[in-house]
Amino acid sequence: MDAMNLNSYEKLKTARKNGRPTGGAYIREIIDYPLEFHGDRRFSDDLAIMAGVGFLGEYPVTFIAMEKGTDLQSRMIRNFGCPKPEGYRKALRLMKQAEKFHRPVICFVDTLGAYPGADAEERGQGQAIAESIMEMMGLQTPVISVIIGEGGSGGALALASANKVMILENAVYSVISPEGCASILWKESTPENVAKAADALHITAQDMKNLGIAETVIAEDFDNFSGMCENLKKKLIESVEEFADLSEQDILEQRYRRFRKFGVYNEEKKGFFKKNNKKS
Amino acid sequence: MGLLDFLKQTGDSVRNTYQKMDASVKITCKKCGYEAKGYELIENSYICPNPECRNYYRMGARDRIALITDKNSFKELFQGLTSKDFLEFPNYQEKLKKAVSDTGEEDAVVCGTAEIDGNPCAIFVMNSKFIMASMGSVVGEKITRLFEYATEQKLPVIGFTASGGARMQEGAVSLMQMAKVSGAVKNHSNAGLLYITVLTDPTTGGVTASFAMQGDIILAEPKALVGFAGRRVVEQTTKSQLPDNFQKAEFLLEHGFVDAIVPRTELHKVLAKLLILHKRRV
Repeated sequence: MDAMNLNSYEKLKTARKNGRPTGGAYIREIIDYPLEFHGDRRFSDDLAIMAGVGFLGEYPVTFIAMEKGTDLQSRMIRNFGCPKPEGYRKALRLMKQAEKFHRPVICFVDTLGAYPGADAEERGQGQAIAESIMEMMGLQTPVISVIIGEGGSGGALALASANKVMILENAVYSVISPEGCASILWKESTPENVAKAADALHITAQDMKNLGIAETVIAEDFDNFSGMCENLKKKLIESVEEFADLSEQDILEQRYRRFRKFGVYNEEKKGFFKKNNKKS
Repeated sequence: MGLLDFLKQTGDSVRNTYQKMDASVKITCKKCGYEAKGYELIENSYICPNPECRNYYRMGARDRIALITDKNSFKELFQGLTSKDFLEFPNYQEKLKKAVSDTGEEDAVVCGTAEIDGNPCAIFVMNSKFIMASMGSVVGEKITRLFEYATEQKLPVIGFTASGGARMQEGAVSLMQMAKVSGAVKNHSNAGLLYITVLTDPTTGGVTASFAMQGDIILAEPKALVGFAGRRVVEQTTKSQLPDNFQKAEFLLEHGFVDAIVPRTELHKVLAKLLILHKRRV
């Protein structure tokens, strides 16, 4: 099956497919001597996020990965890869730690979205994501994010407010799940509607590349997963080296400029002819 | 003069009188059915005049600015930005056209500078009447520009949030606005400047998960709905009965996510006090 010929809906299904490698698999292949760290130091440890330190080639790094689990039992333990506020707070704690020790941060993003449960709302899901994004925008160490499966909305952006974003060729990144979009637009999320919504939302890796939201699309080869990860690892090391020469201020500015450019709108230039500050 | 006496001086002396309000306008209260007339709305700060009800009406951006800022002090910034249907999303153009003609606004946020009891600030007000104040490129760009301007001019920012979340009609580009605005908020914060958010009904989704929750001080209007996930989704996920006040301002206060709930009638005074309190003296 030629991956590039899949339509948006097929890609969505591919991105979610059972058996697709999850966050932990990438860490095992790419990070040498990984040591996992636990807990947000505030409430608990969220196993939907797996994070710690290790080596990327010769470079010490902090890794943060969303982990969906691989069978029913581990999926339940991992909450199907839907982080709760404590997960984002653990991730942020370790990002700040990486900043202190001048380590780059490598994030692997794979989530349907932040967990939408009552407990998550009670503990401030919105606030946790907001803080993560804001602090990432001010992090004085480079962050590289790889979207390996689903990039579900704000819950994904909370680990992808990065200096550089890579995306696997059949991964998706979306502002809302196509199901959610379909049910808002057409009341029912039938497969046909979901497929239409997936098209309309422009969720594919190729769309992300066209929109500038991802810099690099990574070819998938799950039959030769080690070889594929070797290639990804090479790209990650290149990126880390690219940022190694930049000052902390330059890293901040590069990230700010990266996000500053997003936005498509019409602008009417009227400042020269009309004082635009009279109305109230 | 002590600080307390100083604070007491801030009053409601110089607020805007509303210019466009026609006394014949009537708004029917969605909760009790009371028909409020134009002048009653202003007198009651857009709270239902029926003493049994006192329901908070949702306010348009201009009404809010008139209610909060000093007369003739508001100077609008960044006009002329309008949304573009760059993904050719189903019905987006029609939606935009309708929103523009219904509200008379260019998009879902109004930005500018103003004074509150003589204290200068930058201000943005989201307008829930414009596609549920969803955040697309225009909203993200205008708020980002406002924070950049405020950082340059060393101004505090007051933001009234209301939103259905990111604007799905602009795909992942609308998601990126969350990070874009957050970066500008971070720079403003690093410059030692004050950012106050006032959460109004309803503030949800991507706006809650970005700049609504990034204020140094987070205020909320009574009973305002504030949350990340929609109530229906939470109900389906949790499969249990949610408390009546779930995701209401009072719920957030109880769980530690807002600094204070401020009645609309007091909001102007509280904001003026906070601006005075954060003026640099040394």
